[in-house]
Amino acid sequence: MKQAFFKILSQACIAKDVMKMVLGGDTSEIRVSGGFVNIKIDGLFLRRPISVCDYDDNTLTLIYKIVGKGTEALAKMEAGTELDLLVGLGNGYDLSKSGDAPLLIGGGVGVPPLYKLARQLIAMGKRVSVVLGFNSKCDVFYEDEFRALGAEVRVTTADGSYGTKGFVTDAMGDIDYTYFYTCGPEPMLKAVHKATKTSGQMSFEERMGCGFGACMGCSCKTLTGYKRICKEGPVMEKEEILW
Amino acid sequence: MVNTKVSLSGLILDNPVLCASGTFGYGYEFAELYDINCLGSFSFKGTTKEPRFGNPTPRIAECPMGMINSVGLQNPGVEKVISEELPRLRRVFHKPVIANIGGFTFEEYTEVASLLDKEEGVGLLEINISCPNVHGGGMGFGTSAQTAAEVTRRVKAVTKKPVYIKLTPNVTDIVSIAKACEDAGADGISMINTLLGMRIDLKRKKPIIANKMGGFSGPAIFPVALRMIYQVYEAVKIPIIGMGGVTSAEDVIEMMLAGASAVQIGAQNLVNPYAAKEIVEALPSVMEKYGIENLASIIGGAHNG
Repeated sequence: MKQAFFKILSQACIAKDVMKMVLGGDTSEIRVSGGFVNIKIDGLFLRRPISVCDYDDNTLTLIYKIVGKGTEALAKMEAGTELDLLVGLGNGYDLSKSGDAPLLIGGGVGVPPLYKLARQLIAMGKRVSVVLGFNSKCDVFYEDEFRALGAEVRVTTADGSYGTKGFVTDAMGDIDYTYFYTCGPEPMLKAVHKATKTSGQMSFEERMGCGFGACMGCSCKTLTGYKRICKEGPVMEKEEILW
Repeated sequence: MVNTKVSLSGLILDNPVLCASGTFGYGYEFAELYDINCLGSFSFKGTTKEPRFGNPTPRIAECPMGMINSVGLQNPGVEKVISEELPRLRRVFHKPVIANIGGFTFEEYTEVASLLDKEEGVGLLEINISCPNVHGGGMGFGTSAQTAAEVTRRVKAVTKKPVYIKLTPNVTDIVSIAKACEDAGADGISMINTLLGMRIDLKRKKPIIANKMGGFSGPAIFPVALRMIYQVYEAVKIPIIGMGGVTSAEDVIEMMLAGASAVQIGAQNLVNPYAAKEIVEALPSVMEKYGIENLASIIGGAHNG
């Protein structure tokens, strides 16, 4: 972890209440996909943890949903604004376990951290399948971006207004995969946990105080002991999860 | 050259800036960011006899100028603290540290205190009788002068280290409780713990915190902490470690003028992990600005006479 100042390069709305923000700055501390940054927002006491969608040497892409005061304030920020970030937070996805044909399952704003992961896995020569679940057509984002990477992409919507009607678990039955990686709301994670036949890794979210392991605000119980979502997580092994 | 040294019951600190229990872990998360030996000291995560997971999540809610937490004394238990955490802590922090002790019975306080009494690197014991987030213990001991005095007496009997009693502000008369601790032999007072508070989520129409209520901290509570320290300073002769919403070197000086001999940084560590270091670094120039040569000389300086 370190503190770093980033400048907003661009920001755009890419789905209903979903913003994509590209930032310029020193990303050297970000070493894994599935991690997050913690953003200081003027006038708000706590930082706001946002998962990393993509990064390279000096740019960082964040995709977030407007859900409260913090993300409302973020969404109003214009290009050129400087932001105080804690970067390199969280324990991300372990690529070494993927096998030849990993399956990536994302729900809603759980989709973004899977993007960098897909990029990395494809660069390693893996055959990547992606299932993205949303509530409705207006919520869908990044389908084309995943496809452009070379992944096989399926989209589901709960109301059937786009792609397969239903949940992510309705669209993954016939996919042949060696391992899975997922991020999304807890009911989806539970369903994925039940429906998947292989080992995998799941990313969780929780209200955080510090985001770097000091306050114990986001602890959870697992089969391998107490974990902090911000430090030992947000990514956990399927086998250690206690529902 | 200004002098930032202060003393707590014979323990000489390079400066009065400490980090508060529960906001600084066992120091090593912060040691990745800066050399934490610049601090006067810090109070490590509250330790109980048995390991505790603490409360269900969500444990955190935001407030204007502050936050609410309901962690519930999560810690690995005193045995593991001594065998695993303290050796790790000593690798990154080479000054005497403050051991924060929580409990649910008188016996638990004395048992944990007597074990930590043997630890060389522990400079003083801070007895938390003020945690608002646990039932059947914690704050229950700190809301009556009788039980506060009883905990003090019993802990004093099992340790040679200075004993500071950490008080809750959630009482009618904090002064009488501080006096009762002093009369029972406390070497100092640590104050204030968090104010009991709550937030309700408008979407769910339910409390944000799983435990419904939690401890309110952050800059919003600074004036309350300052006022209580001012009042307690007038009533007791023992030193006070002040805390509550401190975010700057100016706040440290203000709290010392109210009567604190040293000052802890709490919630601010969580939003700015460099806060304590920045305050230590700013202290000499802020002292110069206000014409203070010797920091120890201003303790209680705002009082008459």
